Amino acid sequence: MSPLTYIMGLPLAMALILAVVPSEKRQFFRWGARLATLGSLLLAIYVFSVFDPPITDQPGLLPTQDTEEFALEDKYGYKFTQRVEWIPSLDIHYYVGVDGIGIVMVLMAALVAFAATFCAQEIRTREKEFYILLLLMTGGILGAFMSLDVFLMYFLHELALVPTFIMIGVWGRGQDKDFAAYKITLYLSLGALLTLAGVIMLYLQFGSFSLLSMMDHGTQFAAIEAGTFSVTEQNVIFALLMFGLGILVGLWPFHTWAPLGYSAAPTATAMMHAGVIKKFGLFMLIKVALPLLPQGAQTWLPILALLCLGNILYCGLVAMRQKDLNLLIGNSSVAHMGFVFLGIASVTTIGLTGAVMVMVAHGLLAGLAFGLSGYLYSQARTLDMEKLQGLLASMPFWGTLMIMALMAGCGLPGFANFAGELTVFFGAWKVYPVITTIGIWSALVIGAVYMLRAIRTLLHGMKGEQTPEVEDLKHWQRLPYALLVAVLLLFGFYPKLITDKISKSNATFEQAKKGQAPTEEATE
Amino acid sequence: MDLQLVSLEIGACLLGIAVLLVDLWTPAERKAQLGWWVAGGLVGVLCYSFTIFDQGTGTGATGYVKDSLAVYFQGYFVLSAVLVVLLTQSYATRIRSGISELYAFTCFALAGMSFAAGANSLVLLFVAVELITITFYVLTSFERHRLRSLEAGIKYLILGAASSAIMVFGIALIYGSTGALDFHGVARAANGLNDDSMMLLYQLGVLMTLGGLFFKLAAVPFQLWVPDVYQGAPTPVTTFLSTGSKAAGIVLILRLLADACPPLLGEAWLRQLLALMAAATILYGSLCALRQRNLKRLLGYSSIASAGFVLLGLVTLSDQGAQAVLFYLTAYVFGVVGAFTVISVVSEESSDEDISTLANLHQRSPLMATVLTLSIISLAGVPPLAGFIGKFALLSAAISSVAVHPVMPWIIGAALVGVVISFYYYFTVIREIFWGKGRFWAEEAPSTEPLPCPRAAEVVLLICLFGLIGLGLFPEPILFIAGEATEYLFSAN
Repeated sequence: MSPLTYIMGLPLAMALILAVVPSEKRQFFRWGARLATLGSLLLAIYVFSVFDPPITDQPGLLPTQDTEEFALEDKYGYKFTQRVEWIPSLDIHYYVGVDGIGIVMVLMAALVAFAATFCAQEIRTREKEFYILLLLMTGGILGAFMSLDVFLMYFLHELALVPTFIMIGVWGRGQDKDFAAYKITLYLSLGALLTLAGVIMLYLQFGSFSLLSMMDHGTQFAAIEAGTFSVTEQNVIFALLMFGLGILVGLWPFHTWAPLGYSAAPTATAMMHAGVIKKFGLFMLIKVALPLLPQGAQTWLPILALLCLGNILYCGLVAMRQKDLNLLIGNSSVAHMGFVFLGIASVTTIGLTGAVMVMVAHGLLAGLAFGLSGYLYSQARTLDMEKLQGLLASMPFWGTLMIMALMAGCGLPGFANFAGELTVFFGAWKVYPVITTIGIWSALVIGAVYMLRAIRTLLHGMKGEQTPEVEDLKHWQRLPYALLVAVLLLFGFYPKLITDKISKSNATFEQAKKGQAPTEEATE
Repeated sequence: MDLQLVSLEIGACLLGIAVLLVDLWTPAERKAQLGWWVAGGLVGVLCYSFTIFDQGTGTGATGYVKDSLAVYFQGYFVLSAVLVVLLTQSYATRIRSGISELYAFTCFALAGMSFAAGANSLVLLFVAVELITITFYVLTSFERHRLRSLEAGIKYLILGAASSAIMVFGIALIYGSTGALDFHGVARAANGLNDDSMMLLYQLGVLMTLGGLFFKLAAVPFQLWVPDVYQGAPTPVTTFLSTGSKAAGIVLILRLLADACPPLLGEAWLRQLLALMAAATILYGSLCALRQRNLKRLLGYSSIASAGFVLLGLVTLSDQGAQAVLFYLTAYVFGVVGAFTVISVVSEESSDEDISTLANLHQRSPLMATVLTLSIISLAGVPPLAGFIGKFALLSAAISSVAVHPVMPWIIGAALVGVVISFYYYFTVIREIFWGKGRFWAEEAPSTEPLPCPRAAEVVLLICLFGLIGLGLFPEPILFIAGEATEYLFSAN
């Protein structure tokens, strides 16, 4: 069995175990969830660290013995694969494996999930249900990042839908939590359904759900000439996937669910959703839509590039006007998605690498920021920045981390976000000079304005009159936050750690680049 | 006459008669317990019917076939009848008199459905449908002391009789134009029709017969009876209506389309008509359910929307679509029975079916809260539950028929819109379970006392729980036999 199966299976199995434990044993739920995610994290680190050497050097890690599959896995750089028949009638397999993009996403997801189980200590009622839902969500999304069967990918991602609704409704905060719960659910299900239609159409075109055989089958250009896979069809499928997945990510103008949902969600849910689950849409765009539909991409990516300006510029401006810390972080996180979209829209190796880096960096950052604001809420019972002033004096550790998080959010060198965003801009510059210029400008100026303003009001200066008494993070409470910051800095100072892995997915990028218009490629 | 062929139907009828006889010697307080025996007997009949499966397939001459499609549906009907009987038993305290008759009628209706599953001629089709409908006239108005139940019975009677009349007129037209009653005979004769006016009569006849069947299925514009009847009928009867009776309509439509109408299958107008009905049914059901507060009414509208999805599979007129429909139905039965069982238990305590009675259910009975949540999620079609696989199979069948079916993209679009709308009302039920505030007009907070669940209902809930999760994670066995059952349904033509 592939270690990946355990990474996904541990949280899911723990959810099952917790379901039969009586609800009075409150410590059991906390530690059970922490243990399961810790197991996933350690395994993910192990897989990450042994990913590099060629697979043949590692006895016991040989992928599926099926030779045809093995050749494909080798060609596209997938490792730790496992393939089992699941629903033969519908041609669906349980098929997992990771390439460079997959493993960095799995690692990021496991890190954030582990931190989230610690940040869930604010939950004091109905812990059993909460931890079961959290683990379901975690196992599902970890599995989605490692699926090589597109149906499985979709299936596992959807596991998060219902838990999100219940978590926001039961443990959420604020007056609008019901509205937020409905809004997030309806938006996400709409996005998911469009994606599902796209996935089914892909299956009908390629005759398989396996991502690898689809890619291999992807001699699309020949097919287009033969007239079997017309540009029109590609355009339709790409549009379905782009808007479906775009809704899942918060593509402007379908982003309004995100800040609202995150500000109403309990801390751990917001961390998982903003940090990890939202990345799924981008992940699937890069892994499925781009390489399989190069012609469709050529039609739609310029539009995506325009829409991503909406994210970067519009959501940045909206974030400037926020008074609630969570809404600010939520809007800024939507704005950050714009960079990833820009990287995707450029379809250059550099741009795509940068996009994946931003996905990882932003996952960690969003986890950190929502975790910190969640802690503040548990102390102060409000996140209204006008009531919260000069917190640095009473919460030095928390304040320091918050400053680091906000600085990372406006792209300070040294954090992984800077490395990623810069790479995206390098990649996108050749393809969309105007959009990139506007993007850089707003990232630097608008981002700096709202982040620095937040630091000033929230942390610096004298303690405000209305500011409640708050306590700093103590002892082991610091662990999850410190872990996330440490990894952000690690990847920031030594981005080679992840770029090396991502470059293993070159085959995917190469296939995606077929969508580039020839003229633009000539200018490279 | 090969009696073995219809042993399942005979068994069900005998079981019904036996219950009525045993009832005479059973003390009143133990009559409800007969339900265990009936359920056990039905399982026995089902097992027996499988043992004789290979021994004879009916010929067209008898008007009855026992092919794999018939066996699939018969298994389905017995399964839902078993669940319904158990549910009836847990409902028994609210039936003032004649609980045994309720069991017996369920068996008779089952016999009718089972005949419908194998009906291969227009005569048997009509007899089977009437056997089902007439028993349901009685069943829906079984709680004679409740005005709503009587209202439901009357409504169902009048509209049902009208639809039967339409259907029998349609049958007469088919017979008049083709001179045959047996499905294959009809098809052969219709292929040879040269006369345009005769062809017109034949087409009209088919449409009217289909109309009578669509009444069972509750497809727009034959859906008007649903909300009132679902709300008024005793909950077990409602459950049987939405699982058994609906499926009987579906199997008859499948057979009628595949066996008796091959000359029409290529016609664009038939496809367009069915497609239009599918879209209208999905949207009507979803939109009307939005503002419902009565749980049974809400599920009534949701069952209209589900009928629309079934139609979506039928519109494809392909084996793949039929296979998806069969699986969807099997997934649907667990969701519907699970939901209605919880509603039945919860509404008994408060004698109210308002959605707010679900408040605090997560605390009062974790089992019921879990099963209701999973049932609702499955009906909504969210992984990893059975309903999702059903919806997925239907959608992929529909999408794969886009090439031969120019209106299909619009219908799929309507279906997707319908699904998103349906999330709203399905999730409202989940909200009430987990953080509902109870009745906003009530003075006191909703109860948090544990809510006991009768043993029979518990058994039903556990079966549904395993069905929902099991079919969601391991749908292959059912998909496989559904595929077998529909293998040459349409492609044979």
